[in-house]
Amino acid sequence: MADTKSPTTGINSMLNIKISKQLGDLALSIDAQLPMRGISAIFGRSGAGKTSLINILGGLSTPDQGKLTLGEESLYDHARQINLAPEKRGIGYVFQEARLFPHYRVRGNLNYGNKDKDPVHFDKVVKLLGLEHLLKRYPNSLSGGEKQRVAIGRALLTRPKMLLMDEPLASLDLPRKRELISYLSNLARNLTIPIIYVSHSLDEILQLAEHMLVLDQGRVIAIGPLQQVWDSEQMRPWLPASEQSSLLDVTVAEVHSHYSMTRVKLNNEISLWVNSILPEQGTKLRVRIHANHISLCLVPPQQTSIRNIIPVKVVQVLEAQGENNVQVKLAIADHYLWANVTRWACDDLRISPGLSLFAQIKGVSMTTSDLAQSH
Amino acid sequence: MMLTDYEITALLLSLKVSGVAVLFSLPAGIACAWVLARLNFPGKALLDSVIHLPLVLPPVVIGYLLLISMGRKGFLGERLYDWFGISFSFNWHGAALAAAIVSFPLMVRAIRQSFEHVDIRLEQAARTLGSSPLKVFFTITLPLTAPGIISGVVLAFARSLGEFGSTITFVSNIPGETRTIPLAMYSFIETPGAESQAGRLCIISIVIALVSLAISQWLTQKAQQRVSTAC
Repeated sequence: MADTKSPTTGINSMLNIKISKQLGDLALSIDAQLPMRGISAIFGRSGAGKTSLINILGGLSTPDQGKLTLGEESLYDHARQINLAPEKRGIGYVFQEARLFPHYRVRGNLNYGNKDKDPVHFDKVVKLLGLEHLLKRYPNSLSGGEKQRVAIGRALLTRPKMLLMDEPLASLDLPRKRELISYLSNLARNLTIPIIYVSHSLDEILQLAEHMLVLDQGRVIAIGPLQQVWDSEQMRPWLPASEQSSLLDVTVAEVHSHYSMTRVKLNNEISLWVNSILPEQGTKLRVRIHANHISLCLVPPQQTSIRNIIPVKVVQVLEAQGENNVQVKLAIADHYLWANVTRWACDDLRISPGLSLFAQIKGVSMTTSDLAQSH
Repeated sequence: MMLTDYEITALLLSLKVSGVAVLFSLPAGIACAWVLARLNFPGKALLDSVIHLPLVLPPVVIGYLLLISMGRKGFLGERLYDWFGISFSFNWHGAALAAAIVSFPLMVRAIRQSFEHVDIRLEQAARTLGSSPLKVFFTITLPLTAPGIISGVVLAFARSLGEFGSTITFVSNIPGETRTIPLAMYSFIETPGAESQAGRLCIISIVIALVSLAISQWLTQKAQQRVSTAC
């Protein structure tokens, strides 16, 4: 929710990052708090400092200044001369390339950092990641996706207090990506530790993350719950016109008695029809609405093929220089919607902040994690 | 072809001297290789040169230097004998020491290259899995260096078997004590009418060389299979 602050949690129950480091031309300077559970995505262009940031979190690189605390534990504090070695931090790290140890079998890799050797925990992790049939193999006989799953399992078996993932899907082909994403979202629901997920793929973030931090040239330009960051103005430049979209948190209300469509509620007054059958009433979902799939009318349209017509209020009109389209930010219940309309239409309808309109929404799409959540 | 007692003595002595030379220089060889591969410090080039010196110095010079430093009256040898009762002069220990020194650079070169090929990112990953730098060295770095260590050991062993100049200078040519195969061969060549005995020792040398090469290839292959593919 954009204008209500996220619940005020004590500073001791967050991951607190306040560090700076000069890396060649890049001055990394981060001041951020991330929640202690769920996936927090770190997003940015290559060279924005994403990997440098999580290397600092994992202790593989030391900042010049600042402090780092994970909950109550101090990982790094320049003033107090604290700098825990990577092996003392209890932080799992999954690298872009799986970095499995070639001289150990999968079982050996998994057990490398497994101190307590608890067979129940081992079996649980192996099952969660579907590694049962791989245990006796050597890493060089595994596919990219399998390697990455072993790497994740290896990190989890150390019982980490936090899990860092540096573009774990980047080196995989599309089918492997899809496969691993379902494991990851499954994982996120099963863990009660913070997961920091570095990615430059908005698709992945959309499917996995709950929180998001946007880095640009070593600085945080947006941070907060995914939906809030997604709706923010700072995100606009990142989303190409075809990708401009809004995220809404909804609850499944009912399935249509004749057609295979489902009604989802934003709140008690406003609902949307989704073109698919969704399970179980009351399930919470996140849906995505593309800005190109919204048209605006001054009066409630009559006899239209569009099923979703919702009263909205214009909050902001963004005109990009040299572009024929105008982006209109609309308030809808507690959420925001972005609509793409032509400059001509915008002038014709005299769209300006404060104006009440009706939005016709042509398509409502699911993000995969919602489907996963609905299981 | 049956071996004579004389040949068996020389052969066993050669194997003993070379084996001990390699065994005792291996830890130092691994340490030097690691330091040269991983650390940067002032004086590194000097250390590198000193380690490589036996490769380019005439063996007789090494033998002479050993004689004046490690002999019973040498400045190091005298103290070693007084304090620990260890003597290198005119016994097989001295032959092993000479062999270790001339073969050391070959060992270090092979192992160093192998250290340079170990992916530091794997070591980082091991650190994040809770291992101290020392544990990382023994569980990740060293096993991944195995092919290099094997080839270093074999090279050093072969070089030790062939060592002649520094041995004869340092510990002389004493039957049963310092007379290894090359020295025994030299003695036969110096003796008129002993050409056939020299020839037999020549064949023995070739056989040992071929066998050790075969063993090393087999071991390296086995080790390489484990560590070949980067993951």
